Amino acid sequence: MTTNALTSKSSTSGRAGDKVFSGAALAAGVLILITLFAVAVFLLIQALPTFLADPAEISGGEGFFAYIWPIVIGTVIAAAIALLIATPIGIGVALFISHFAPRKVAGPLGYLIDLLAAIPSVIYGAWGYMVLAPALVPGYEWLAKNLGFIPLFEGPASQTGKTMLTAGIVLAVMVLPIITSLSREIFLQTPKLHEEAALALGATRWEMITTAVIPFARPGIISAVMLGLGRALGETMAVALVLSTGNLIPSLIKTGNQTIAAEIALNFPEAFGLRLAELIAAGLVLFLITLVVNMIARGIIARHKEFSGAN
Amino acid sequence: MSTMTTNQNSTSGNLTPPVRKRNSLAKGKLPKWAIWAIAAGSIIIGAAASTLTGFNVASFAIYSAIIFLVAASVITTVAEGKRRGKNAMWTYLIYAAFIVAVIPLVSVLYTVLEKGMPGMNSHFLFSSMNGVTGAVDNETVANGTPVVGGAYHAVMGTLLITLWATLISVPVGMLTAVYLVEYGQGKALSKAITFFVDVMTGIPSIVAGLFAAAFFGMILGPNARMGIVAAVALSVLMIPTVVRSTEEMLKIVPNELREASYALGVRRWRTILKVVIPTAISGIASGVTLAIARVIGETAPILVTAGIASNINLNVFANWMSTLPTFIYYQILTPTSPTNIDPSVQRAWAAALLLILMVMALNLLARLVASIFAPKKGR
Repeated sequence: MTTNALTSKSSTSGRAGDKVFSGAALAAGVLILITLFAVAVFLLIQALPTFLADPAEISGGEGFFAYIWPIVIGTVIAAAIALLIATPIGIGVALFISHFAPRKVAGPLGYLIDLLAAIPSVIYGAWGYMVLAPALVPGYEWLAKNLGFIPLFEGPASQTGKTMLTAGIVLAVMVLPIITSLSREIFLQTPKLHEEAALALGATRWEMITTAVIPFARPGIISAVMLGLGRALGETMAVALVLSTGNLIPSLIKTGNQTIAAEIALNFPEAFGLRLAELIAAGLVLFLITLVVNMIARGIIARHKEFSGAN
Repeated sequence: MSTMTTNQNSTSGNLTPPVRKRNSLAKGKLPKWAIWAIAAGSIIIGAAASTLTGFNVASFAIYSAIIFLVAASVITTVAEGKRRGKNAMWTYLIYAAFIVAVIPLVSVLYTVLEKGMPGMNSHFLFSSMNGVTGAVDNETVANGTPVVGGAYHAVMGTLLITLWATLISVPVGMLTAVYLVEYGQGKALSKAITFFVDVMTGIPSIVAGLFAAAFFGMILGPNARMGIVAAVALSVLMIPTVVRSTEEMLKIVPNELREASYALGVRRWRTILKVVIPTAISGIASGVTLAIARVIGETAPILVTAGIASNINLNVFANWMSTLPTFIYYQILTPTSPTNIDPSVQRAWAAALLLILMVMALNLLARLVASIFAPKKGR
């Protein structure tokens, strides 16, 4: 009856422990998949009344498509402004920290930029509302006076500064740390030998960056920008506080335009019935847009990984 | 033969020695003081140009920067050659990008400190907005007495909702990461989870809020708003962050440690609990802290899930709740007294200061935790 020590009682209980633990780990993983699926399903169910309702009952009276279209465009415009500003600056800052700043200060400076990411969005909104918007009014008046012939800068400029351009600038500030921190990581991973080889051939620092660093980091930069885009599309507070909303108009320096996220945040607390379903449907549209953007970003990274050898 | 001709041509066309001209390595270099001279010059010209159009700091800075950029690039190009000129231009552009990026950070922090400090006192910290109406605010402004009402209810709401969100996210997130690293290597399910966790990090916060609202709305009836709904919404945002950071940390635990443990006959789950996780705990803890710092400032999901309250509510399972971010939002957008907005603005900025302090403290804590729990280097 002497049992082997290796197959004794404690071992069988250990086997049960193994099963429980691996089962729990698996369950947690599956729960995440279910959650993501549930997000889509619940939003769809709650949004359903919107699609079944009489078009005349939807806000604006012309059906859901006519309601959602202008705010989808508004969302895209705000995100586009944010990316146009944040991408070059973000990459510049990342290069500054990884290749230009003196070694000793590079770390603390990187931390400084990460602080930008730590500041809650509502504080950016409050800052945009009370500090940035009034400060930009003279700039907008100048734009309206000198570049007013371009539809984008058509006057008269808003006297409060609460315009699409202000919202875009606030979004740019919020997206900047995302682009910076991701591309900085990639820049730091550039093989040292490539950089040194370029310098040894007599390249200036900028030539070294264009020939060794940028080609290596390109997929990383693209994914950083796409992730920034995802954030800019879904950001709520900055727009809800900063933009004084209205109908879709081409001018960026007049009161008007609206984004999906801000539309939901501003109207949800008082919404009920069909209006509630409408806002949830708008949320569903936003969810799908960001889902597509994120999937494309991941796809690009995955495809470039194979060719570049960067992991 | 052809080199000879070009050589002769350049000699005849130029008075400078041709041999030095052709070799970029031996070309002239600007003295060190030159760049400071250019900077000083552009500041003076910038000031002059700005004065012509009515002086202000913004136009002065912009003009000076542009003049410096152009002058420095052109002068370097002339003195040191085209390639170095280009190098100089991009170097200054990159320095400029950094300065531009720091401006909003400084401005935000300065604004919050400047406007938040006056309202920051023990009355603000330990009283709620219960009973504070527009009439009260009007009276304060008329009599010049200190602002009444505070953010105690919002602070408690923030702490409770974040606590519950952490309680939900940390187990789920850590177990998922364990599955991905320890059990699921190479399996299709694990690839799917990794992909969708990545996708989940991109869910807009307001959509997470809508999901929780829709989910509980179906179970408890429409307009079911309370703390726990907000906690679920925040978990949706927090879980992917926890999974990613834990996963990264578990991956860098050396395989030798696992193998050594298996060789001693230790079960897999005990190996994970007693060897792998303790080794990685510093990184995991700091990742979790950063995840908390990220969700503690979320506004949009709270807005659609927990509503807004002016009284103290410590029960997350019933009634509406306020958090610091929603408190700030409503104090700014719908001031308590529409005619005298100053007390509301002051309360909002004081709350903003409090929120920033909380977030910064969490960020510092994350760094501290990482260094305290870091595995001993040995020797």
